[in-house]
Amino acid sequence: MNRFAGIFALLMALVMTGCATPKSYDYTAYKQSRPKSILVLPPQNHSPDVKATYSMLSQVTFPLAESGYYVFPVAVVDETFRQNGLTEPADIHAVAPAKLRQIFGADAALYIDIKDYGTSYMVLSSNTVVTADAKLVDLKTGQLLWSGTATASSGEQDTSSSSLVGMMVQAVVNQIAHTITDKGHEIAGITSVRLLSAGHPNGILFGPKSPAYGKD
Amino acid sequence: MNFSGIKKAVILSGILLMTACTSGPKPLYNWQAYQPNVYDYFQTDASSTDEQIHALEVNIQEATAKSTAVPPGMHAHLGLLYAKAGRQGQAKEQFGIEKQLFPESASFMDFLLTQNKGALK
Repeated sequence: MNRFAGIFALLMALVMTGCATPKSYDYTAYKQSRPKSILVLPPQNHSPDVKATYSMLSQVTFPLAESGYYVFPVAVVDETFRQNGLTEPADIHAVAPAKLRQIFGADAALYIDIKDYGTSYMVLSSNTVVTADAKLVDLKTGQLLWSGTATASSGEQDTSSSSLVGMMVQAVVNQIAHTITDKGHEIAGITSVRLLSAGHPNGILFGPKSPAYGKD
Repeated sequence: MNFSGIKKAVILSGILLMTACTSGPKPLYNWQAYQPNVYDYFQTDASSTDEQIHALEVNIQEATAKSTAVPPGMHAHLGLLYAKAGRQGQAKEQFGIEKQLFPESASFMDFLLTQNKGALK
């Protein structure tokens, strides 16, 4: 029976470590703040493609809301900035956190920077890449809660996997597939899911509307 | 130590391994029209405001029929589209629904309903 116990213990060790996520990110400030609602500002675009800002902005709600947060209506927020003379993402990113909190009543704001957005054409194939950075900032204190980066490329092999993020990537691809054929937009959706889904190493934490809230 | 003991341990651990990592694949919200609709809103050559309104109305009716929740922001976005189409009464109604479903939006919805009258034309 000793050998049985030994094998069982070994397999249990595998079970326990199989899902353990190496948490190198310091979540102290995040866990103290515990934001319920996120105001996503129009992303700053550092790529040559002018479509990047709104392509990305229109796809951030899905991963954040499914991770358990209230996400402010991105187009209504954008329109509110416009009505107040702010049309450039750079100017919007410069608005003081206290002012954003006063108007929107959001717990946190998400600042996105698009590093890459577009297709490079090569002799035999083309490759569409979207890369973005994000910073989550507490609007009460102005403190940085989390930052991360993600990239996605049309040149990747099949991304299907049984993980939660993998399933969400599939869901976002399906949402787009029947509406438009826009490779950059499709890849931006995958980047957005990778960047802004909870439940993977160094990612955002689950929000209060998720059943997994407080367990990460 | 018998063979069936090992087999049991392997099967049990296998089941644990397979179930341990899945965390509720059921989505929280009914996502159909909202994000594609927002993308269309930002494009000048996409569908018309009336078409966008119709797509969201259909999505909301379907979500109600299936008893699923619509994503945060969707009612407010429909309100924005109504406002654009000059249907102010319906716009206000949608901002009110957003506030009721998601109290987190209360200050912003109040801002849209009161201080900022007519700002969203």
